[in-house]
Amino acid sequence: MAQTGPDRVRNTTVRAFRAAAGRLQAASRLSRTGRVTREVASATEPIPDGLVAVVKRDCPTCELVVPVLRALADAGAALCIYSQDDPAFPPALAVRDDRGLETSYRLGVSTVPTVLRVQGGREIARVEGWDRPEWEALTGAVGLGPDLPAYRPGCGSRSAEPNIAADLAVRVGGVLASRLIAPGELEDEAELCFARGWTDGLPVVPPTPVRVLAMLEGTRRSPDEVVAVVPPDLVDCTVEKVALNAVLAGCRPDYLPVVLTAVEAACTDAFNAHGILATTWFSGPVVIVNGPIAGQIGMNAAGNCLGQGNRANATIGRALQLVIRNVGGGRPGEVDRATLGTPGKFTSCFAEREHDSPWESLATERAGLAPGTSAVTLFAGGGVHGIADQQSRTPESLARTFAAVLRVVFHPKLVLIADAILVVSPEHARVFCDAGWSKARLREELEALLTLPGRELVRGAGGIAEGLPEAFAGADLPKFRPGGLLIVHAGGTAGMFSAVIGGWASGAIGSDPVTMEMKP
Amino acid sequence: MSRILLDPTSERVTTTRPRAPRLPSLAGRRIGLLDIRKPRGDVFLDRLAERLAERGVDVVRFTKPTFTKPAPLDLRRSIGQQCDAVIEALAD
Repeated sequence: MAQTGPDRVRNTTVRAFRAAAGRLQAASRLSRTGRVTREVASATEPIPDGLVAVVKRDCPTCELVVPVLRALADAGAALCIYSQDDPAFPPALAVRDDRGLETSYRLGVSTVPTVLRVQGGREIARVEGWDRPEWEALTGAVGLGPDLPAYRPGCGSRSAEPNIAADLAVRVGGVLASRLIAPGELEDEAELCFARGWTDGLPVVPPTPVRVLAMLEGTRRSPDEVVAVVPPDLVDCTVEKVALNAVLAGCRPDYLPVVLTAVEAACTDAFNAHGILATTWFSGPVVIVNGPIAGQIGMNAAGNCLGQGNRANATIGRALQLVIRNVGGGRPGEVDRATLGTPGKFTSCFAEREHDSPWESLATERAGLAPGTSAVTLFAGGGVHGIADQQSRTPESLARTFAAVLRVVFHPKLVLIADAILVVSPEHARVFCDAGWSKARLREELEALLTLPGRELVRGAGGIAEGLPEAFAGADLPKFRPGGLLIVHAGGTAGMFSAVIGGWASGAIGSDPVTMEMKP
Repeated sequence: MSRILLDPTSERVTTTRPRAPRLPSLAGRRIGLLDIRKPRGDVFLDRLAERLAERGVDVVRFTKPTFTKPAPLDLRRSIGQQCDAVIEALAD
């Protein structure tokens, strides 16, 4: 039985804390040289009552206040000093080693020196930097640092440095629930990701705390919110786990809302990500993005939009597949039984070219979403097949070309099995636009052209054993079910080439395309 | 301070369960035949049903709604309650 969230957070934090304490004690033993005997710091040690000072050697103001700290100690003040970078600093004083910075983090120190007055285990006053009147008020001493200037600002606390702060938030603060993994001293992080099976075969970005926390800035959703139940293992997947896999995939934080929506849409019963993964067919999730988010995050809807080279296109599709692999447990050779697969299973994601499209967008057409709404459509795609037609100047002719290529989806003699996406390029779309053909008109014409005589489809027809049972010989049958042909406008402005992305078993027996509005 | 990575997996620990003991014989047993809805799976199972019936085995037939999704829980429970063993047909 898996641990529940809060227990896991607590245990992770406790484990991390114990590990940190062990490292600190070892470090302290190593540094216990010279004539000064230092106390062994422990990360779990309570903060003592009295005065608590946090300093670092690499801070001129901390150097400046050493005589003041010494005078306070000599006067018998209950003074506990934590050093962030050198347990031998300040010299000849009892110093607690806080190179691990756990104490600095827990005390919320942002500047050094910081001096606190602690009473009954609680902070009652705090001074940052050197400020004689404030130090005197806090300590109750008078005439402190007579040779010092009255005021000097402090330096930044090491615990507040960005990378370190993120590590501390995760390791000490327990702000995330995921298990912490400490690579060995000589272990390469990229190799660790391969060795643990986290990758799709290409290198991934190691998920460090600073990267994961930065990724989570990309959404308003809480890290512990469950986004979806991910197949095949049917695991509750949190925003945090999606963010982690988005880091692996190379996403920027502003892509995260798109990834979250794609994960949610993929894990619906209608889309059936389990079947798409498990099938021997080629299919993988194709992600089509509509609305302003595509431009805001720099997605490519133009030249080579189905190809490589655009970070958002490349990593959003990849992040979805990594969620299915790492969270859902879907791996090739295990539940993924593809005979051949397709390069699109690494990533398959593009945006619709909306700004000069002659037609309503896919999201508007399929889900009735108002233009200007950001949305994601998931399709179980099996690969891209090109359509060349450089001669057609009438919509009737070009529609016939499209129909001829669409007929071969799955098999030229099989109908009503797979859906398809028709990606119409700008130069082809112009032919329909100039003739005043709406998207509905094009679909209507294609449906007519793709209503096929059963005698051409039955087993044995054309000398091909594959086909429909003989009983269908007298029927006229549509290639695609109603709604099974998706039409999208995308691509570069040069080239009378469009594309077909063939689908997989469609509808209730397989997969329905799913369009979902994006949440921020 | 040492480096840390966060685990991107489900962190689930799977347990291995032993297989149910094999039946020493089919005599007097009730055997389920599960058609997962792959094409021609029924052809295979029809023949199997004939052969089992010849041996006096009590056969119960089941069908998944679609081969692309796991069998619904109710179906799995029903098979478990009614049968001593099940034969699942893949075909194509």
